[in-house]
Amino acid sequence: MSALRQIAFYGKGGIGKSTTSQNTLAALVEMDQKILIVGCDPKADSTRLILNSKAQDTVLHLAAEMGSVEDLELEDVMQVGYKGIKCTESGGPEPGVGCAGRGVITAINFLEENGAYDDVDYVSYDVLGDVVCGGFAMPIRENKAQEIYIVMSGEMMALYAANNIAKGILKYANSGGVRLGGLICNERQTDRELDLAEELAKKLGTKLIHFVPRDNIVQHAELRRQTVLQYAPESQQAEEYRQLARKIHENSGKGVVPTPVTMEELEQMLLDFGIMQSEEDRLAQIAAQETKSA
Amino acid sequence: MAKDLEDGGYETLIEEVLAAYPKKAQKKRAKHLSTAGAVEEGETEIVSKCDTVKSNVKSVPGVMTIRGCAYAGSKGVVWGPVKDMVHISHGPVGCGHYSWSQRRNYYTGTTGVDSFVTFQFTTDFQEKDIVFGGDKKLEKTIDEINELFPLAKGVSVQSECPIGLIGDDIEAVSRKKKKDIGKTIVPVRCEGFRGVSQSLGHHIANDAIRDWVLEGEGSDYEPSPYDVNIIGDYNIGGDAWSSRILLEQIGLNVVGSWSGDATLAEMENAPKAKLNLIHCYRSMNYICRHMEEKHGVPWMEYNFFGPSQIAASLRAIAAKFDKTIQDNAEKVIAKYQPLVDEILAKYKPRLEGKKVMLYVGGLRPRHVVTAYHDLGMEIVGTGYEFAHGDDYKRTGEYIKEGTLIYDDVTGYELEKFIETIRPDLVGSGIKEKYPVQKMGIPFRQMHSWDYSGPYHGYDGFAIFARDMDLAINNPVWGMFDAPWKKSA
Repeated sequence: MSALRQIAFYGKGGIGKSTTSQNTLAALVEMDQKILIVGCDPKADSTRLILNSKAQDTVLHLAAEMGSVEDLELEDVMQVGYKGIKCTESGGPEPGVGCAGRGVITAINFLEENGAYDDVDYVSYDVLGDVVCGGFAMPIRENKAQEIYIVMSGEMMALYAANNIAKGILKYANSGGVRLGGLICNERQTDRELDLAEELAKKLGTKLIHFVPRDNIVQHAELRRQTVLQYAPESQQAEEYRQLARKIHENSGKGVVPTPVTMEELEQMLLDFGIMQSEEDRLAQIAAQETKSA
Repeated sequence: MAKDLEDGGYETLIEEVLAAYPKKAQKKRAKHLSTAGAVEEGETEIVSKCDTVKSNVKSVPGVMTIRGCAYAGSKGVVWGPVKDMVHISHGPVGCGHYSWSQRRNYYTGTTGVDSFVTFQFTTDFQEKDIVFGGDKKLEKTIDEINELFPLAKGVSVQSECPIGLIGDDIEAVSRKKKKDIGKTIVPVRCEGFRGVSQSLGHHIANDAIRDWVLEGEGSDYEPSPYDVNIIGDYNIGGDAWSSRILLEQIGLNVVGSWSGDATLAEMENAPKAKLNLIHCYRSMNYICRHMEEKHGVPWMEYNFFGPSQIAASLRAIAAKFDKTIQDNAEKVIAKYQPLVDEILAKYKPRLEGKKVMLYVGGLRPRHVVTAYHDLGMEIVGTGYEFAHGDDYKRTGEYIKEGTLIYDDVTGYELEKFIETIRPDLVGSGIKEKYPVQKMGIPFRQMHSWDYSGPYHGYDGFAIFARDMDLAINNPVWGMFDAPWKKSA
C-alpha cells in the first residue's frame, strides 16, 4: 500500500464539487484504491451518490445526542458505499445558529484520532462553498490535505472564487505542506470557457487537470442518487470521470504553491478575452443608449 | 524606610524603567507614566495635574497587565452583587468558576433561598453547544433556575466570549423566558474580548440595566422628599452598610444601593429618588447620566474614605437638602468626632510620615488618598488599572505635585518602581501582594480589603487605620534580614 494521499475539493457554492468529487472517487475505486470521504458541510450531502441515500448519522449530530464526541465510536459514523468507499459526514448546525466551522474541526479530529484514516489510500475532503472561517480551512491546515483541487467554470464568480481559494492555499502553503493540485473545469457552456480555464490555471501557476463536459446524464444519475459510473458505466461521461481520476492519481506530489492574482488582474484577463467590458466602455454604452431612447 | 529620590525625582526613575523596553513599547508606555504637575493658575476646582496621562487604551502585547475583561466588569462588579437575582455565567465553566466570590460583596438574606450572591451558576458549554448554538441550553437553564429557586426575582445572562462568536440570540431567549415565567431576564453582551479592560464591561452592564430593568413597567414606590440612591458601592466587606447608616442618620432615606446588597426592586425604584450619590464614578457614572436625562434625577460624587472626606461629603450632600438635613449633618459629624480623635490618637503616631504606593482599579487610587493623609501618611505614587481621562482629571485634587502616576502599569514597571522607591506600604491586589511582601515591604489588598473591611464611613475608618497599622508595624518586618547580614 502506498502512502496515504489526502486531497480536498474546494470551489464556489453550487459549482458541482460534490458531484464531481463523488464521480471521480467512484472512478478511482475502479483503480483498486481504498477511499474515505470526509464531508465537511453541515448539509451532509457529500456522500449521497456513493451511499445511494443521504447520510443519516453525522459525526456532530450523533455526538450531540450522546453527549460529546468522546462517547462516539467510529463504526457509528462510518458507512460503506459504492464498491467499498467509506463515507463520513461532519454534519453541523442548521443555518443561522452555532458554529459550523468549529464542528468541522471537531469532526476531523475525531476521525483522525479514532483511526478512520488507517487502511485507506485516499482521504478526500469535500468542503462547503467558500472558506468562510478558520474551521472550513481545517482540511488545508495542519498537514491534512496535501493537494487541493479547485472545481470551477467559465463563469466570472467561479473564477473569482477559484482565485480566492488559491489565496487561502498560499496562506497555509508555507506553514504546512498544502499545495494546489490543479483546476477542474465543470463545463457551463460559457464563452471561451476552456481558454479561460487554461489561462487562469496559468496565472495561478498550476494546470487545468481536466475539462469535464456538460452532459445531462449527470443529472439523470443524480436524480437516482447515483454516480454516473454506477448509473451508466459505459457512457462517455463515465469515461471523462475515469480520465479525471487517472490524472489526479498520476498528479501525486506534483502540486504547486499557487500564485493568486489581484482582482484587477483577474478583470483584465476577462477584458483581454473580450468577454467583459471595461467600466468606461460600459458607461459610454449606457449613455449612448439613453440619448438614443430620449 | 522609604527613600527620597535624588535630583530629577521620579522623572529619572521613569526613564530608567522605560529603558528596558524595545523602542516601540517604550514609546507607547511612556505616555502612561508621569508625575503630577504643578497646578496652573486659573485652574478650577478639578485640578488637572495628571490628566496628561494616556489611559483606557489597549495594553501593549507582551507586558504583564493586571487588567480584567468585560465579563469581569459586568458579572464580577456591576451585576454580581444584585442579590435576589441569579446571574448565569453563560458559556464554558471556567470564567464563572475561577472568579467565584472574589469581590466579597456582603448581603443580607438567606443564601440559596432568596439571595444568590455567593452561588455560581453556569450553562457549562460543551463542544456541542458551540457547534449547535447554546440558546436551547440557556432556556433550559432559566427554567431550571426558576423551578429550583422560585424566590429568585430575575435572571441575568452574563455572556462569556464564545456567545459573541457563535452569534447566539440571547436577547430573543430573554424576551421569550420573560413571557414564560414572568420575571425580569437581562441579557448582557459582556463578552470578554470586548474593549480594552473591565471598564467596557461596566458600561455594557449599565446599559443593560437601562434597557432591561429601568425600561420595565416602572414601580409603584411612593417617593419621599429625602430619597437618595447609593450608586457604585459594592458593599465590599460591608462598605455600603457603613455608608448607609451615615446617610440615614442625617435624615435621608436610601432607596437603592447599587449594587452592593441590592435587590431588583431597589433598582426599579431608584429613578424615583431625589438625588443619586455616586461613589465609584468609573463603573456607574453611565447609569447616573441616564437617570439624569431620562428621569431628571441629579447626581453628585462623594467620598466616604477618611474623616475629612466624609465630613466634606456629608456637608455637600446635606447642602442639596433643607436646613434640617444640614443641621443633622453637623450633628452627625460632631457625634463621630470623638471616635475620629480616638483613632487618630492611637494610630497617627504609629503611621505618621509613612509613604504609600497605590495601584487599584478605577476609583480608589484617588478616593483613599485622603484617608491616608488623615493618618499623616503620604502618597508617593498612585495609578489605575482601567481609568479614563476624566478619572485622571479628578485625581489632581487629591495628590500633591510630583506624585508618581502610572496607568495600566505593567508587572515589571510596578516592581521596579516599588523596588526603587521602597515605600512603607503598597496597596494593590492579590497578584501584587506576595512579590511585594517578598521584597520586605508591607502590603494591603485594596480591592478586597484583604479579607477585612468595611473601610467606608467612620466605622470603616477605624478598621482601615487598624489594618494599615497591622501591616506596617507588624514585627515580622524586623526579622526580614538574615541575622548574619544585619548591619549594626
